[in-house]
Amino acid sequence: METAFTPFASLGGGLAIGLGAVMLMLGLGRILGATGIMSGLVFAQNRAEASWRAAMILGMIAAPGVIFLVSGTMPAVDVPVSPTMIVIGGIIVGFGASLGSGCTSGHGVCGLSRFSIRSLVAVPTFMATAGITVFIIRHMFGA
Amino acid sequence: MKLIFAGLTGLVFGVGIALSGMMNPAKVLNFFDIAGTWDPSLAFVMGGALVVTGIGYRAVWRRAQPLFGGTFQVPNATNIDPKLVGGSALFGIGWGIAGFCPGAAIPALGTGRWEVVLFIAAVVIGLALRRLMTRITTGAVPQ
Repeated sequence: METAFTPFASLGGGLAIGLGAVMLMLGLGRILGATGIMSGLVFAQNRAEASWRAAMILGMIAAPGVIFLVSGTMPAVDVPVSPTMIVIGGIIVGFGASLGSGCTSGHGVCGLSRFSIRSLVAVPTFMATAGITVFIIRHMFGA
Repeated sequence: MKLIFAGLTGLVFGVGIALSGMMNPAKVLNFFDIAGTWDPSLAFVMGGALVVTGIGYRAVWRRAQPLFGGTFQVPNATNIDPKLVGGSALFGIGWGIAGFCPGAAIPALGTGRWEVVLFIAAVVIGLALRRLMTRITTGAVPQ
């Protein structure tokens, strides 16, 4: 399935993602790592840990609705994979991001911008394995 | 006030994710499919986000502390170990299978798509499995 090349929307979205990360550091002194925020909410030890994460996740979930109110269209979510693949992928994503201490937002955006050596290793690693995985699934199995 | 700020931070991040195309698995998988229906848009997401965080973080860290008190909690580990590399490699594989990553899927919950709910549930299972594994192998509960 082809998708349109959207350099301007993607750049603008990237700027907003960065702004969100800077805001969280400015306000709460935290790295914006989505997996960590989710894990910290689901497995929270106390209310103080859970509350800001819950507020943040609610803000995130409100985003598509706000975009719909402003533009009249929901952001596209086209899922070209089966439910089985979503479940298998999701479990591996959760396990791997937790073991590797970060995902696209934590290592990719926050870690790289502060030249964290661990993120400089993690990001090329997961970009490479994602690319290899897509190549194998699409071009060797032809899915 | 702190919670409102956290919610606003999540909203800004989520709007960025939605505009950028990151919450669209078709677009994410095409970004990795260099040999097929390649869509390089998402490189602009990372570029935009890194410019803002790269400059913004350094400006924020000139402050003595975050707006709502406490300290700036920035990871300072520098060890490159098998957990970091293996976890990141797994994360990339899962991302390449499902096309969603956590930071994209959380805002995507707001579109009401069942595939997103399924992915998030699978991620939580993956996080729980990793906690279980850590508890069995070390007796400690991970953060």
